[in-house]
Amino acid sequence: MSEAGSGATLLEVRDLSVRFRTRDGVVQAVSNLSYTLRRGETLGIVGESGSGKSVSNLATMGLLNRSYTDITGEILFEGTDVLKLRQEQMRRIRGKDIAMIFQDPFASLHPMYRVGKQLAEAVLAHEDVSRDAAWNRAVELLEAVGIPNARARARDYPHQFSGGMRQRVMIAMALVHNPDVLIADEPTTALDVTVQAQILELIDRVKREFDCGVILITHDLGVVAETASHVLVMYAGRPMEYGPAQEIFTGAQHPYTWGLLESMPTVEKRLEILVPIEGSPPSLLHPPSGCPFHPRCKYRFEPCDGERPPLFRLPDGHLDACYLPPERKRELWTKRIGAELGVT
Amino acid sequence: MNGETLVEVQGLTKHFPVKQGVFARGKQVVHAVEDVSLTVRRGETLGIVGESGCGKSTTARLIVRLLEPTGGKVVFDGRDITHTSQRALRPVRQEMQMIFQDPYSSLNPRKSIGQIIAEPFKIHHTEKDARTRVRELLERVGLSPEHYNRYPHEFSGGQRQRIGVARALALQPKLIVCDEPVSALDVSVQAQILNLLKGLQREFHLTFVFISHDLSVIRQVSDRIAVMYLGRVVELADSELLYEHPRHPYTAALLSAVPKPETNGGGYGRRRIILGGDLPSPVDPPQACIFHTRCPRMKPGHCDVDAPQLRKFDGDHVAACHYPVEKWPISEDELRRRPGVETGVD
Repeated sequence: MSEAGSGATLLEVRDLSVRFRTRDGVVQAVSNLSYTLRRGETLGIVGESGSGKSVSNLATMGLLNRSYTDITGEILFEGTDVLKLRQEQMRRIRGKDIAMIFQDPFASLHPMYRVGKQLAEAVLAHEDVSRDAAWNRAVELLEAVGIPNARARARDYPHQFSGGMRQRVMIAMALVHNPDVLIADEPTTALDVTVQAQILELIDRVKREFDCGVILITHDLGVVAETASHVLVMYAGRPMEYGPAQEIFTGAQHPYTWGLLESMPTVEKRLEILVPIEGSPPSLLHPPSGCPFHPRCKYRFEPCDGERPPLFRLPDGHLDACYLPPERKRELWTKRIGAELGVT
Repeated sequence: MNGETLVEVQGLTKHFPVKQGVFARGKQVVHAVEDVSLTVRRGETLGIVGESGCGKSTTARLIVRLLEPTGGKVVFDGRDITHTSQRALRPVRQEMQMIFQDPYSSLNPRKSIGQIIAEPFKIHHTEKDARTRVRELLERVGLSPEHYNRYPHEFSGGQRQRIGVARALALQPKLIVCDEPVSALDVSVQAQILNLLKGLQREFHLTFVFISHDLSVIRQVSDRIAVMYLGRVVELADSELLYEHPRHPYTAALLSAVPKPETNGGGYGRRRIILGGDLPSPVDPPQACIFHTRCPRMKPGHCDVDAPQLRKFDGDHVAACHYPVEKWPISEDELRRRPGVETGVD
């Protein structure tokens, strides 16, 4: 969808850092992360395991245990900093204004309660209505997410649903209170491709019908390209590149994003050779100096291991944390990566 | 050498009994693999692709005889190994190895890397100087010989998969069956392992059976591809032929469902075929064409009555469908409107 930047700001994350104190030392899970989510937008957060993409959203949901977690920065939800809220204030927002769906829908549903009852319970958690009304609302929601024969299926238990259907139930549960922000953490990773396609379309339809903003966390650039209006690429807890999806996919700026694009096989054609990113992601106990990607970067030069690169703003409005001069990047993109992917 | 048959599978079938309650009557079985026939040629990579529960992993395990087939025949390198005893199978096992999906659970956490890779030598009493061979293997898969005395938990997912590859290579097998070898890895690391496998195949003239649910990975590695649905092969073709013009509507739906990174910046403009409904239960698979319950071009009175046989198209391309896809790409509407068949008569 290209109504980018049209809606009101829902969520604004400013300079967020999350540190875990562990027995082995301090894990720098997220560092200096900022992004904005507007109504009607889908923000795709992409990164590999350990890139901090999930942790940043657990912080938004107030789901990190503060006794061993240090969080700095601000997470403004409609102007209020959720990091400053007390538990019971947060509870009023969580699941109501900001809802979340997870990767494994089976682990998120109670196996011994009927699906309808679990949905009705979610209704009753924030609304003062009768049990019957809550049940009816549950059935309506199951219908809204495309579960056939919803009234009967509401009486079924989670194990009687397939993986895709369970994820639909989770989406229904997230929609109980017409949330403003829907956070989907790898919602299709556990699903088969044909089911994945159904769920991605459902999330997009839900976004339009319920007029909310969606944060889609994934490791799959393909999923992001299909659904997101904005993309944030994370590596080692830091933002690498951030901007409108169009700009990122037609003119990626960061060597890490290039690496991701180059190393991915595609259904379109068989590539001569896949270009992997050599090495493996750094330990967040001892992240490298300078740009966290520099030890694996093919294009590193002398400033890369010194000062951390700031986010540079590019003429097309997208942000990028890399010291390579723009002319050099344009050259590399058009000659190599973009040309190979056919998106120059 | 290339082109001749290394593995031949005929009418392979595997049924698993369903656990029954005390009062249950009758025997119910899961039809995991049903009448699968295919050949694997020397030096090639045969990809098997399908969604969860389609029987691809069971097929792989049947080929290397980790499971006993219910019916059918497996011929490996000219020998019928379908009913060979475990003892007689040992020498054959040296020539076929397996790489597993989960590099975390397929390595014994209490053994050092050296011990893990030397295990095949110990079992088959083949190598006197195992230590030197293990070091060579470590080097070949991109690990350092100094890793010999380290333990699996000290390695990342990608490195562990390299250890699994080294172990599979140890006995210089002819065939390696790779069961989702890169599914648990991040993309950047996934490419490293895929390139490693490719290089090893060239160097040692290996034959691969490569199982994956990921259509992009399968395209990248395979020479020929079998598409499975509910325990059956519904389409089998050269990789290029299959992706350029899939014939079976199920393959078409699979291909159209893959999200692609190169788009014009989001949105659902693409012609995607969305399959209705859920996968039927393999305990009670549909009659006639197994795909008819979800197929957009199902014709009542034909597809639900008469089972389609594998039919030949150009080259080696075969597909089991009465109304194969006539062009590609195709939209869902076009797929429904098949030429020569009136719609809406049901």
